[in-house]
Amino acid sequence: MALTPQDVARLADLARIELSDQELARLAPQMDEILESMTNLAQAIDDDVPPMSHAAPLVNVFRDDQVRPSFSSATVLAGAPAVEDGQFRVPRILDEEA
Amino acid sequence: MSVYVNDDLMDYDEAMARFDVVIGLEVHVELNTASKMWCGCTTEFGGEPNSHTCPICLGLPGSLPVVNAKAIESAIRIGLSLGCEIAQWCRFARKNYFYPDMPRDYQVSQSDEPLCFDGEVTVEVDGEEHLIPVERVHMEEDAGKTTHIGGSGRIHGAGYSLVDYNRSGVPLMEIVTRPIYGTGTKGPEVARTYLAYLREMMRALGVSEARMERGNMRCDANVSLMPKGSTELGTRTETKNVNSLKSVEAALRYEIRRQAAVLAAGGRVRQETRMWNEGGFTTAGRSKEHAEDYRYFPEPDLVPVAPSREWVEELRATLPEPPAARRARLQAAWGFTELEMRDINGVEGALELIAETIEAGAPASAARKWWVSDLARRANEAGVALDEVGMSPGQVAALQALVDSGALTDKLARQVIDGVLAGEGEPADVVAARGLAVVSDDSALSAAVDVAIEANPGIAQKIRDGKVQAAGALIGAVMKAMAGQADAARVRELILEKLG
Amino acid sequence: MSSTINQSAAELARRIAAREQSSEEITRAHLDRIEQVDADVHAFLAVDAERALKQARAVDAKVAAGEKLGPLAGVPIAVKDTYCYQGLPTTAASRILEGWLPPYDSTVVSRLLAADMIILGKTNLDEFAMGSSTESSAFGPTRNPWDLERIPGGSGGGSAACLAAFEAPLALGSDTGGSIRQPAAVTGTVGIKPTYGGVSRFGLIALASSLDQPGPCARNVLDAALLHEVIGGFDPADSTSINEPLPDLVGAARKADIKGLRIGVVHELGGEGYAPGVEQRFAEAIEILSGLGAEIIEVGCPHFEYSLAAYYLIMTAEASSNLSRYDGMRYGLRVGDDGSATTEEVMRLTRAAGLGDEAKRRIMLGTYALSAGYYDAFYGSAQKMRTLIARDFASAFEKCDLLISPTTPTTAFKLGERLSDPMAMYKCDLCTMPASLAGISAASLPIGLSPADGLPVGLQVMAPAMADERCYLLGGALEAALNDRWGASLLDRIPEVGRPAGSQETSR
Ligand SMILES: [Mg+2]
Ligand SMILES: [Zn+2]
Repeated sequence: MALTPQDVARLADLARIELSDQELARLAPQMDEILESMTNLAQAIDDDVPPMSHAAPLVNVFRDDQVRPSFSSATVLAGAPAVEDGQFRVPRILDEEA
Repeated sequence: MSVYVNDDLMDYDEAMARFDVVIGLEVHVELNTASKMWCGCTTEFGGEPNSHTCPICLGLPGSLPVVNAKAIESAIRIGLSLGCEIAQWCRFARKNYFYPDMPRDYQVSQSDEPLCFDGEVTVEVDGEEHLIPVERVHMEEDAGKTTHIGGSGRIHGAGYSLVDYNRSGVPLMEIVTRPIYGTGTKGPEVARTYLAYLREMMRALGVSEARMERGNMRCDANVSLMPKGSTELGTRTETKNVNSLKSVEAALRYEIRRQAAVLAAGGRVRQETRMWNEGGFTTAGRSKEHAEDYRYFPEPDLVPVAPSREWVEELRATLPEPPAARRARLQAAWGFTELEMRDINGVEGALELIAETIEAGAPASAARKWWVSDLARRANEAGVALDEVGMSPGQVAALQALVDSGALTDKLARQVIDGVLAGEGEPADVVAARGLAVVSDDSALSAAVDVAIEANPGIAQKIRDGKVQAAGALIGAVMKAMAGQADAARVRELILEKLG
Repeated sequence: MSSTINQSAAELARRIAAREQSSEEITRAHLDRIEQVDADVHAFLAVDAERALKQARAVDAKVAAGEKLGPLAGVPIAVKDTYCYQGLPTTAASRILEGWLPPYDSTVVSRLLAADMIILGKTNLDEFAMGSSTESSAFGPTRNPWDLERIPGGSGGGSAACLAAFEAPLALGSDTGGSIRQPAAVTGTVGIKPTYGGVSRFGLIALASSLDQPGPCARNVLDAALLHEVIGGFDPADSTSINEPLPDLVGAARKADIKGLRIGVVHELGGEGYAPGVEQRFAEAIEILSGLGAEIIEVGCPHFEYSLAAYYLIMTAEASSNLSRYDGMRYGLRVGDDGSATTEEVMRLTRAAGLGDEAKRRIMLGTYALSAGYYDAFYGSAQKMRTLIARDFASAFEKCDLLISPTTPTTAFKLGERLSDPMAMYKCDLCTMPASLAGISAASLPIGLSPADGLPVGLQVMAPAMADERCYLLGGALEAALNDRWGASLLDRIPEVGRPAGSQETSR
């Protein structure tokens, strides 16, 4: 497999983590070793095995459409790093998302 | 920041002669549930920023979502109305990407297991039927609202942004068509008609106000061109920020003309997101050449949805009449001609308002007249939707009742409309305040008739001689003297009595 | 050591109800003990002395007024710092949440308060519960009270260590792949991972949503059952909560009778890689269980050898998504917002500064496992393997009522020993991961000290989903038999904090 520092850099982009070149160089072989030990899974599985995404076999858990009191904006903004006009102030945004 | 547009555009008819158009529409509809998708916060519009939030819709550490049953019910009803199959078992999925208006930096959506799939609807444009294949209807959640501060207030060049999470977690349905082929030269109109159909359907179902101007209903319009005779799909663009029915049509037209010019010049259409500008053009947005890696996976905090067939059938029984069938039924009941019905269909929201006005007691023809001619013109002038023009179906019915009772003439009624639209109250209040009522005091009328006879001896003599049709001129004179506030029929009676 | 802090929670509750000792006095004794030893142990990230004493006085007043209170009323408890509790910072031992004050209480905390329990403070853990040694805490490691040079296990090292150091009679843990059971094993305490869905996750800071499960930590089996009954049961705020009544756990712990039960020894969880001292104590425990009238069967669970791979792929995948929200926009740390940096840059810098190495490594692994082109081979395969592991359990439970194994392959290792070798660290949870993947109930029970190093050894017992009472049945029986044999409980043999195990007998 051999994960390269460039591969790790692409993952760091997706995960929004700034990593130095040294960190990339250190992480690549570490992650590679871990992932290498996990590549044997696919071979141990027949095609017809269904995947298991949840640990408890529950379905259709719903709540009634009932309004409950919200929190005050003072409460929800109390922990914010920056606040302006009752809103969360965030740095400038470069690109619009879908 | 100003936007310079220097796109080359091919003439639309020429583009149609050279290319086939393939359209795809992704429509997001905000449901009108009382509470949000995962929490009990209200979905009501407005309110102080961030005052309709809680740990769940803010995605605070440790918070967990629980699905709103009404949202599932509405989604299934929408799916059934679009002729979809309803999944026996499906899951929510997380769509992972970072954006500050999305509190958990993933959107809970559905990926390869939509709740509803494989539907179709037929829409009619200029008497021709077009089949719209619906690929899927899936459930997801809305994001918060971002306001850009500094610069021009646009996203680029902004100094910073402010986020209000009141809309975060409002239930959204995404309705996605398969590629729509074979619309000939009518592609943009077909798209517009389909959206109008969806809107009408949402309202009939009672699941959404579906107001595009408020963002209740949003459309991303995909379009690509193929040279005539080719079967190979061209590169598509996706136009966002399309927030009215008119814009959908206009944006598609623009993109078709722009892409046609690019292709005709030997160029290549860039796969990208474009933004519709109300100035009448699209601008390039983010390039989609590198597909985002959203790392979808089944949402572990929510369990699968497995609607029983009994439940689905129960919901099917609650579906309203399909819009086309309803239109046909109403046309027959109201006795409107094809042409009259087409006029009504041409005014957005008119059908519903006319129906409500008739329900409130007005004759069908009168209801149609007020809404389609007078009020539609006023709405157009004010640049608002018909149902926001400022007069309710109940008020229109009340107005017509005054006309029918002889208290108002049509001409006076228009002045009453002015008053109602100016916020002077109910029609009766306007009549009283403006003193618009028809004068029914016979002595006053009689005096006015006497004056008119005296002033027009020639005409009076003609009537005495039996030329009854000459009465019109005298009636006109009386009406003028009474400033229009008289019942013309009664005036005629009086004239004939006096000269008969 | 005072005669208060070495008592069981059940005994303390009895004293309070009988008005023999006040909750305030008991709470103060534990706060004093924390004051005395926690500089060495570092089990706590925050101590809430004033509020705890106020809560205790309120309980005393209720008792004095003759109110009928719950079975643990007035008893102090320590809460792992993964649970939201208003008024105390909730950090998950991460810089990125340093000082964050949650505006709401987790369901389990609400239930503790409703049961009139006294919350002493928040305990240390591996950052975001990612680890098996509590060394990845951003606020410094917790030390094992048996030997301060050694790890207390993880992620819930603080909750286990505070019990072993007699700083609290009860603690809350959360177990994703062994974070309650492995620390219990290496500190000589009792820890139970309930059936997935048995205890609400609402307000528990998520590591991996489909694996995380809150559970009780205690010094004996009955205390664990009492706490389990306080925190467990259906919660409509957690969609994965099971809407069924809890089994009679306290009754099972008291009954402590395993006559006729079929107990399966999992073949795959032993042998190579398992310390001889661990295997020896485990073999002795099997003999005791057999002597108590249980039928011992060896069972094979062939897919367990893949549980480490399956577990790490699922856990890191879910964690990578769960931890995205720590982006510096709405709460917690923000780094690099200099007025010209973009949100993306600030998010990157914040996460780089606020998250530790292990958290970053796992987020990156999880991102990889879910990314286009690798999903099927990694995350997809792991989910299928999860099915096979659950099937192994299902067929094993056709042959027996309970399964057992060592809880960990080795006893507590030295601080720093496995820090540079993630794979070695991950292997701490070899025995505990299968039950997590299958969502079944599992517990760790102390079964003595390894003759090799004098450090505690744990036995893991696993029961089918929603049959948690069987863990307590076996736990109660084994505990009684061992205490009989030892003439005391294992923790009575722990050296006074600060002295390494085996170096000197303490008199108390
Ligand atoms: Mg969408
Ligand atoms: Zn909310």
